Amino acid sequence: MNISSLDYSSLRSLLIAKEISCQEVTRFYLDKIEQNRQLNAFISVFADKALERAREIDYKLAQGTAGSLAGLVLGIKDLLVMQNARTTCGSKILENFIPPFQATVLNKLQAEDAIFIGKTNLDEFGMGSSNENSYYKPVKNPHDTTRVPGGSSGGSAAAVAGSLCTAALGTDTGGSIRQPASFCGVVGLKPTYGRVSRFGMVAYASSLDQIGPLAKSVADAALLLRFMAGFDELDSTSASVPVADYSVMNGSVKGLRVGIPKEYFISGLEPDVNSAIENTIQLLKDSGAEICEVSLPHTEYAIATYYIIATAEASANLARFDGVRYGYRDEHASNLEEMYINSRTNGFGEEVKRRIMLGTYVLSSGYYDAYYRKAQKVRTLIKKDFEEAFKTVHCILTPTSPTTAFRLNEKVADPLTMYLSDVFTVSLNLAGLPGISLPCGKDKQGLPIGVQLIGKAFDEQMILRFAGFIEKNNPILNNRQVSV
Amino acid sequence: MIYEPVIGLEVHIQLLTQSKIFCSCSAKFGASPNSQVCPVCLGMPGVLPVLNKKVIEFALRLALATNCQINHRSIIERKNYFYPDLPKGYQISQYELPFCEHGFVDIYVEGLGAKKIGLTRIHLEEDAGKSMHSESYVARDESLVDVNRCGVPLLEIVSDPDFRSPREVSAYLTKLRQLVRYLGICDGNMEEGSLRCDANISLRPVGQQQLGVKTELKNMNSISAVEKALEYEIRRQTAILHDGGKIKQQTLLWNSNKSVVEPMRSKEFAHDYRYFPEPDLLPVIITAARLEQAKSAMPELPQAKRTRFIEQYKLPEYDAQVLTEDLEIADFFEQAAAGVQDKKSASNWVMGEVMRALNEQGCSIKNLRITPQHLADILVMLEQHKINLKIGKAVFEECLQTGENPAEIVAKKGLHQISDSSAIETLIDKILDNNPAELSSYLEGKEKLFGFFIGQIMKETQGKANPKTVNELLKQKLRQRQETTININ
Ligand SMILES: [Zn+2]
Repeated sequence: MNISSLDYSSLRSLLIAKEISCQEVTRFYLDKIEQNRQLNAFISVFADKALERAREIDYKLAQGTAGSLAGLVLGIKDLLVMQNARTTCGSKILENFIPPFQATVLNKLQAEDAIFIGKTNLDEFGMGSSNENSYYKPVKNPHDTTRVPGGSSGGSAAAVAGSLCTAALGTDTGGSIRQPASFCGVVGLKPTYGRVSRFGMVAYASSLDQIGPLAKSVADAALLLRFMAGFDELDSTSASVPVADYSVMNGSVKGLRVGIPKEYFISGLEPDVNSAIENTIQLLKDSGAEICEVSLPHTEYAIATYYIIATAEASANLARFDGVRYGYRDEHASNLEEMYINSRTNGFGEEVKRRIMLGTYVLSSGYYDAYYRKAQKVRTLIKKDFEEAFKTVHCILTPTSPTTAFRLNEKVADPLTMYLSDVFTVSLNLAGLPGISLPCGKDKQGLPIGVQLIGKAFDEQMILRFAGFIEKNNPILNNRQVSV
Repeated sequence: MIYEPVIGLEVHIQLLTQSKIFCSCSAKFGASPNSQVCPVCLGMPGVLPVLNKKVIEFALRLALATNCQINHRSIIERKNYFYPDLPKGYQISQYELPFCEHGFVDIYVEGLGAKKIGLTRIHLEEDAGKSMHSESYVARDESLVDVNRCGVPLLEIVSDPDFRSPREVSAYLTKLRQLVRYLGICDGNMEEGSLRCDANISLRPVGQQQLGVKTELKNMNSISAVEKALEYEIRRQTAILHDGGKIKQQTLLWNSNKSVVEPMRSKEFAHDYRYFPEPDLLPVIITAARLEQAKSAMPELPQAKRTRFIEQYKLPEYDAQVLTEDLEIADFFEQAAAGVQDKKSASNWVMGEVMRALNEQGCSIKNLRITPQHLADILVMLEQHKINLKIGKAVFEECLQTGENPAEIVAKKGLHQISDSSAIETLIDKILDNNPAELSSYLEGKEKLFGFFIGQIMKETQGKANPKTVNELLKQKLRQRQETTININ
């Protein structure tokens, strides 16, 4: 049986029918991980623990007491805190950090009998768009190992695309789920800010961060979201808005209005990406959806606004890594200040230090008003742009990324170009809106192209409906999986 | 030239909440180091703060009691600096939009009269931990950190620069301490650091509007230390200005052993705190309904209690003033007076015996072995003439030492007052018969000897005889003897 080609929804029927066991599924993925070490998708793999869990869940399946995610083998981005398991955040500074507590989402998914197979690689602390900023070596794109998988949830995207697990968790601060999902040809969902508890996600930029699923199908992403979502008393910014059951959502898009923001069809857009998006728009139009042009006039300020707010918050969030209580400490320092400086200089990677410095700068006295305060004002304007647009449309459709996966090392030397690869994704984080990326085609080199659907706050249901429709009806999506 | 000091205060009070401000760890003082910690207050990666609702309740009480304008919406911010006792590398505090603003506290200074001290603002924040540079570790180039205090809730009360003398500062701190105790939000203990005071002070020629260069004074752990440090700093700045020198803006630490101020190392305070709104916490919203609820739940404040004591217990103003100075004493009085007819006598006992005991033992009223109920028992026994005043004081003393029930002390020691006239009469006769010389002297007019007989009777009864009865009966008996003598003659 080729487990690679199966999403969880298909796998589950086989598990229930006892045609396959959780242990077999888990062993299959463990073998795949072993065979694909060159992808570098995982930082830690819990082979024994995962098999032990699989045994327990097989027993539960036999008893008829298994949870809704029984046998769903999950890769966990190593930015999520897992109890008694090393949590590195892709950084040297947390190389040996073993937390005594666990993220709320992991508790929730564990309760539904998902199996955690390992911690996936990422850009250090979620900072990057190519997964090249990991202390644990770059991740490679399963579609072409000379190319990046995108970032920062590159390990999770590569693991799902390479069938090293059924699905994976990522985090998205400026596109870190959607852009790698697009580069690796999988489904990536960033929920509405507040939809999923952030407790146990190591913070990069607290007002932008969200945890979300990367999966082989829209149905899987929807199913995971359902069990991840909900108010958590440990996260004051989490919301108690109920999540609809995706399996009962209406599949038609007839009569629904889709907004196409004119500002997103920019000169840097690759022609292949453009035509794949055009095809998708045509598909929706042919299916009875109404296509409307909308305007998001402050889009051009999104990248700058994002890098001010995100780095400002990061500069504070990462201050706790000082070598005093846990993590890497320079032992040769002769005084406190030297200990701080050396521990952080040697413990953090270049991109992280660049962002900490940028964030420190924009908050400094004399610069606060010009940068941070102004960025907050623009953020409000960006939010209003979307509110305005959503008065007339049910969802907004854009490319996820202007390009397909670029080559390893291609942009490392030029952080600004790298930052621009987030141009279509960061606005949602600033506005707190949900977005999903799913495959909509391939370029001439066979690299996946992603389409992004943006919804109103807490209306994941609508974008999942569109995504499910595109997934089902797009003729070029016949082969999502990659053989590696 | 004559200079006048301009002083402003920043007071931090630790709130008496059960748990810390952003986690469920105990906020209790004095536990063994690092025993009251969790991932949240240790600032581990991935944790988030959750605001303790009790903190808002306490802040509302103080805001209302100090006449502040309460902001409908206030913002929680991060104050960034590195220090080993600050696990997150930032302190969660408030900056641009504090909890409340523009309040005032009335003070009264002997000889100077009443004065209003303006409050600039009161805001919420979390306490930091404690760095300990104990000698044995410093020798090994190590310092220790106790994180127990991290996340203990604080309110910072910033005054306007309204003080013109250290005595006004003392009066204000005394008032503030009384207030927070009355509100039940802080124990006001400066020695343990639950009430901390930093002072900003500058001098200017009298009549000048413009402020001089200020220094900041820290590390004063009693009200008298604050007063002394300010007096010292006024002398120091005056001397510099008189010599034509310039005041250097700096932070100074009060050294209570040497009674001098010493400069803090400049590195320790040269910060750009880079405040910005804390994204992990929502703004604090105080609705009109919440405010009304807080108003109706306000505890009685000193002024109101004073007035009530005068009206309800018919106490003189002086008594009411003394008894309400300290909430615990006021409560002690009220509990003791509850079952007693003579409230004034209860007041006398509290102001006299109880306060004397407090002074002698140097402890808080809660730690006295005698309880309000004990005192009430003694007062009732007095009222019912079961014991006399002298015995009452002895029982009080005994109870103070042992904490034993006064009725039991009386029973055990057989201290019940002898009011039985026939028994006393018999005793008087016996004493008069046994002291013929004194009796005849008395009868011859040496009336001072009346006291001698009283003494004898009291001695014989071990003080238990009802003095009033003894007095009356003795007079009666002596009169009888007089008549008998006259008759014989
Ligand atoms: Zn705690």
